[in-house]
Order: sequence, then C-alpha cells, then structure tokens
Amino acid sequence: MNAKVDAVLKPVETGVGPVQAMIAVFSRDVRVAFRQRQDLLNPLLFFVMVVTLFPLGVSPEVEFLRQSGAGILWVAALLSVLLSLDHLFRHDFDDGTLEQLVLQPQPLFLLVLAKTLAHWMLTGLPLVLLTPILGIMVHLEGNSIAILCLTLLIGTPVLSLIGAIGAALTLGLRSAGVLLSLLIIPLYIPVLIFGTGTVAAASEGAPVAGYLALMGAFLVLALTLAPFASAAALRISMSNS
Amino acid sequence: MWQFFHKLGSPKWFYGIATRFMPWLLVAGLMLLLAGLVWGLAFAPKDYLQGNSYRIIFIHVPTAFLAQSMYIMMAAAGVVTLVWRMKLADVFVKAVAPVGLVFTFLSLFTGAVWGKPTWGTWWIWDARLTSMLILLFLYGGVIALDRAINDEKSAARAVAVLVLVGVVNIPIIKYSVEWWNTLHQPATLKLTEEPSMPTEMLVPLLLSIAGLYLLFGWLACLRMKTEILVREQRTRWVKDMIMAGGR
Repeated sequence: MNAKVDAVLKPVETGVGPVQAMIAVFSRDVRVAFRQRQDLLNPLLFFVMVVTLFPLGVSPEVEFLRQSGAGILWVAALLSVLLSLDHLFRHDFDDGTLEQLVLQPQPLFLLVLAKTLAHWMLTGLPLVLLTPILGIMVHLEGNSIAILCLTLLIGTPVLSLIGAIGAALTLGLRSAGVLLSLLIIPLYIPVLIFGTGTVAAASEGAPVAGYLALMGAFLVLALTLAPFASAAALRISMSNS
Repeated sequence: MWQFFHKLGSPKWFYGIATRFMPWLLVAGLMLLLAGLVWGLAFAPKDYLQGNSYRIIFIHVPTAFLAQSMYIMMAAAGVVTLVWRMKLADVFVKAVAPVGLVFTFLSLFTGAVWGKPTWGTWWIWDARLTSMLILLFLYGGVIALDRAINDEKSAARAVAVLVLVGVVNIPIIKYSVEWWNTLHQPATLKLTEEPSMPTEMLVPLLLSIAGLYLLFGWLACLRMKTEILVREQRTRWVKDMIMAGGR
C-alpha cells in the first residue's frame, strides 16, 4: 500500500532535462508551423499590406515617406505580431497539447519561453528579413534601413515575449483577439518609442549606441520576467477551462 | 497581527467593519474636500502668471494623484490575491478598477480644460498627458479582462497577473514617454523637495487631496460591500441580515 502511494507521489523521472525539453518544444512548434505554411505567410502579407496603406492613404511624396517610413514599418510590424499572437497557444489549447505541457515535470516557464522563441523565429524574424525591401519602397536611406532592421531584430522578440502574456491570459475566451490587443498595445508603447527613436536619431547623424543599449535592456528584462508571467497566466487559463 | 490578517480575509467581518466606518469616511472626506475647494477656489491668491485659471489645480491634481495611486493599490491587492488567495483582495481590485478609470478620465478632462487657456490647446502629445492616457488604457484592459472571464476565481487571478505586469511597465512607460516628449510642467508636489508653490495655495491643495482620498475610501467600501453581497448571496449571514432588515 505504502509503496504504491510512494510510487504515485514521487516525481516522474523522465530523464529529459529542461534544455532538452525546450529544444523538443521549439522544434515541434517549428515543424508544425511548416506543415501549415499559409499561417506563416499571413502575418507577412498583412505587414506588407499595412505598409502599402500609408502611401495610399496619407501621401506618396518621397519627403513624407522618408520622414515617417520607420514609424510606419514599426507600427505595421507591431500589428502583425499582434495578429499572429492568437495562434501562439490556440491550436495546442484546442487539441490538448497545452494541457500535457503544463503537466510536464520540467518548469513551465522554460517551455513557454521555447514556444515564444519559436513564435518569434516564425513571425518576427521573417518581418525583419522583409524590412529592407519595404524600407526601399518607403524611400528610407541605406543607413536608416540597416538601423531599422537592427531595432526590429532586438524589438520583435520583446513584442513576442510580452504578447505571450496576453495570449496566455485571453486563452479560450470569447473575442480573445480584440481583448488581446486591448491588453497588450499599452505595454508595447516603450518598445515602439525607442525603436522609431533610434532610427530618427540615426537619420540625423546622432549616435545610436545608447538607444540600442536601452532596447537591449528591454529585451533582457522581457526575456527574464515575461516567461514567468506567461506561465502563471497559462496555468490560470488552463484551470479555467 | 496575524489574527487581524485572517479576519481581513473574511468578507463578513469586512462588511461589518466597513458599515461602521463608512459614515465617518464620508463626513470627514466631504468636509476636507469642501474646505479645500472653497479655500482654493474662493480665497487662495491668484497666480501671477495664470490668473484664476490655475484654480482647476485643486481638482486636477487630486484626481490625477488618486488615479495613479489606485493602480498601485490594485497591484498590491493583486499580489495578495496571487500569494494568499484572499477573497477580499480581488473584491478590492474588481471594485476599484472602474473608479480608477473614471478618475484617470477626470484628470485628463480637467487637464484639457486647463490646457486650453494656458497652452492654447486642448490636447498635446506631451509626456505626462500621454502616460495618463496609457494609464487609462491599462485600466480599460483590466476591466475588459475581468468582464471576459466568467469564472470568478480565474478572473481574479488573471486580472492580478495583468495588473502586476502593468505595474512593472508603468515606470518604463513613464520614462520612455518622458524621454520622447515633454511640455507639461514638472510635478506639482514632490516628497523629496520643498514645494514650489506658496503655502496659501499648498494647504487647500493638500486638503482636497486628503478629502478625495477619504471619499475614495468611502466609495471603495461601498462598491466592495455590493460586490460581497453579490458573491455571498447564498450564505447564511447574508440571508439572516436581509431577513432581519439590516443593512
């Protein structure tokens, strides 16, 4: 009798370390995403379309576009990351995978971090790769484009990490998409300010190292704190359903 | 100390205490606020630069003060919810969030009314205005999340996580926005420095801040009592109280 209880209560020794588990979660997410390629393309198409709206809606003049191009690209990238966040946990939540992840002996925040990094690699990174083309289309100068890409490279992981908190909080709710935007957009504002501020400083010839360092600080802060909040939020949402 | 802490977790005990203290909070709050406002609006000297228009400060600063401190209070209550699962803490968050939203709006509104004669414009994308606007969004998000989750317990804990994430972000938002653009005059009251305004203006301002705090305490108690009644409507003590015709 006692031996049985002990066997039940003892933590399961899976022989899988936290890092191995993270790698497994990461590569699984990437594999699943590549089997549904349309889902990968949609945020990128959205990104390009939002950028297209500005010359059409405001002004196609070179001067205007050069001045506000970095801001337009940043806002568009922010919105398309926001749009893709709904998918971060949704499919796994629907088919029960997420429940199994929560039950794993490895710390949940590491697994969430792995999922978030996979999300960034599948949405944030392609956005960064697409930016030079769109940068040329809005007449940014070469130097500005390079700085813009750099800020997006540092900034989009922050967007994914903060967004994961919102995605976890709104999991399984009605009209989760709109609610997610309401919760997350205020938290995105500092990243946006510094992202566009860096490019503005670069185009005036001012040094940008300080700005980039601050953005790096945001990234470190989000990387260390956000996974804990996302994991806590996931547990709450799972107990809710 | 610990007994007090445990008692504080009991909605019934809080209901009784709140009922006893509320009239005092209301009377003291109204008296202080009235004194502050009458003194400030009618008797305090004119500002040599802004004339009479500065007098809105006696409404603007207290509302802004309270709007910010309410979010901090909510965050503290959020920690209590997450760590000790205390029922009253999440009743507090739920009751206070809409009040915070209204006060933030009021401070923005009175600020706009003040801005028109002083800066010549209703709205400007200045650092402190923008960060108050973002605070308004944060309150809106808290309320929206709370309404969206049906289960009471998960709603409370989800909201607590959101409030805590927000409170970590508030200083970052404040400083990034400040760096981005600044026109608003520096803070009126600082704890660490000598106040920059004469005593005849400062005293009524402090009076109205204290009065509004007490009135907020009264309102929070009232809203928390309502929320407790809704949540505990099936318990014996609520039924007994209603049957006895008590309040």
